[in-house]
Amino acid sequence: MTRVVLRMEAVRKSYGHAVVLRDVDLEVPEHTVTALIGASGSGKSTLLRCANLLEEVDDGAIFLDDEEITDPRADQDAVRRRIGVVFQAYNLFPHMTVLENITLAPRRVHRVPRAQAEERARELLTRLGLADKAAEYPDRLSGGQQQRVAIARALAGQPRLLLLDEITAALDPELVGEVLSVVRDLKEQGMTMVIATHEMGFAREVADQVCFLDGGVVLERGAPQEVFGAPRQERTQRFLRRIVEAGRL
Amino acid sequence: MLNESEAPPKDPAPAEDDYRPSARRLERERLRRARTRRAVAIAAASTLATAVVLYLAVTHAPGWPRTRETFLNAHYARVALPQVLKGLWLNVRLLVCCGALILVLGLLLALARTLRGPVFFPLRALATAYVDFFRGLPLIICLLGVVFGVPALRLQGVTNNPVVLGGAALVLTYAAYVAEVFRAGIESVHPSQRAAARSLGLTGVQAMRYVVLPQAVRRVVPPLLNDLVSLQKDTGLVSIAGAVDAVYAAQIITGESFNYTPYVVAGLVFVALTIPMTRFTDWVTARMNRRQSQGGVV
Repeated sequence: MTRVVLRMEAVRKSYGHAVVLRDVDLEVPEHTVTALIGASGSGKSTLLRCANLLEEVDDGAIFLDDEEITDPRADQDAVRRRIGVVFQAYNLFPHMTVLENITLAPRRVHRVPRAQAEERARELLTRLGLADKAAEYPDRLSGGQQQRVAIARALAGQPRLLLLDEITAALDPELVGEVLSVVRDLKEQGMTMVIATHEMGFAREVADQVCFLDGGVVLERGAPQEVFGAPRQERTQRFLRRIVEAGRL
Repeated sequence: MLNESEAPPKDPAPAEDDYRPSARRLERERLRRARTRRAVAIAAASTLATAVVLYLAVTHAPGWPRTRETFLNAHYARVALPQVLKGLWLNVRLLVCCGALILVLGLLLALARTLRGPVFFPLRALATAYVDFFRGLPLIICLLGVVFGVPALRLQGVTNNPVVLGGAALVLTYAAYVAEVFRAGIESVHPSQRAAARSLGLTGVQAMRYVVLPQAVRRVVPPLLNDLVSLQKDTGLVSIAGAVDAVYAAQIITGESFNYTPYVVAGLVFVALTIPMTRFTDWVTARMNRRQSQGGVV
């Protein structure tokens, strides 16, 4: 039986009176990709931020490899060391070169010697097609390149789980492909990932499990052919119809 | 750090969903409360221990009785306080007037330094030279120069009032500091903001006025308030010109009695004046951080 890397049980999160996540259950098995789809404001990003402990859940529990990470006694830094995150807006550190961005966590957090960290960073950059950009500063790269650097940075810590928060939403269509192909490669290498995305075609192709969020509730969950092919919920149908009309599926 | 969720849930939930906190949540909150209590207890204990050690170290010093008599004499404190407070009024007035002038002059200097184009070269050079000179010149020398140098010129219609001249010296020096703070703020606004403003058709001046400056000023409020607190203390230096401010008032009493308590009183009065300003600075900074950050627990 495959192990479950990330598990959420009845997670609830609200800001004041606005309930953003309501009773969310989720299981992400090892070496699988889970796609979170749904309209803006449906809670996809909040779910990812909760999983990385960037937000504190109100109720429910989140487990990483069967260890409860929402326990107040859990070492939050240790948890985050095991999770890689890629943000929509890249969030690269502008005052550091590409290489410094990638080696920061290995060197300062994981205490890897500089030479070794840089060697590994260069390997990652080569894999992502950025071998010649190591000495550049982020602001001099294109969006697609920056986002691939951000992925390399997240991978440098050799995370157990990778969270991707609408990583192509800020990219030109022709740059989306280069980033998505990186994600495809990662899936092939067995990386466990949770992806919030508006790229339905990509979600259908790459995901093992699709969750449709609506108003902070997981309204529908299943294999991509079920959710996209034969959605049970009327709301899911409506959402997908709108997506098709917008020409994005 | 206290989070909202560490307090017991104030309003359980909006009516539309019948949410009841789970046992897990209640247990978690109980844990957090216990941890907060423990943290408070440890803080209290260590504060108390530090205070006791300091107290014993001072009061057991060999010269303590003599020191207490000279610096902490209740009689002289009572005599000095009204005089010092009267003097302090001068410091406060100086602070307000000089503070306003400094902000205006500093901003103008900073703007002059950011002007582009060859036409403005003299203005830019002048502003740069001004800042270079007055930022390097020790305040006390600037003060002596203005207070004793200007009257020596015997210019028609120029005041000999030591308060005005002392204030002028403060403005000269502090405007240079503040100009640099403003300039740092202006330069910290990302060039893309100026590009966005210019591409909307705003002129360079309009882009500065409506887009760059508002962001820059907001960013430099904490260091500016820091400079104002510093200015507040330096208003005491006008006493060297003979103006009777809080420091000079204390000096007069000390000169008569050979007791240094009035200085201590003057010092404490300045501290008392500074603390609200510092808290205000903290509050402004915290509020700005709250508004600009996207939230979260890290």
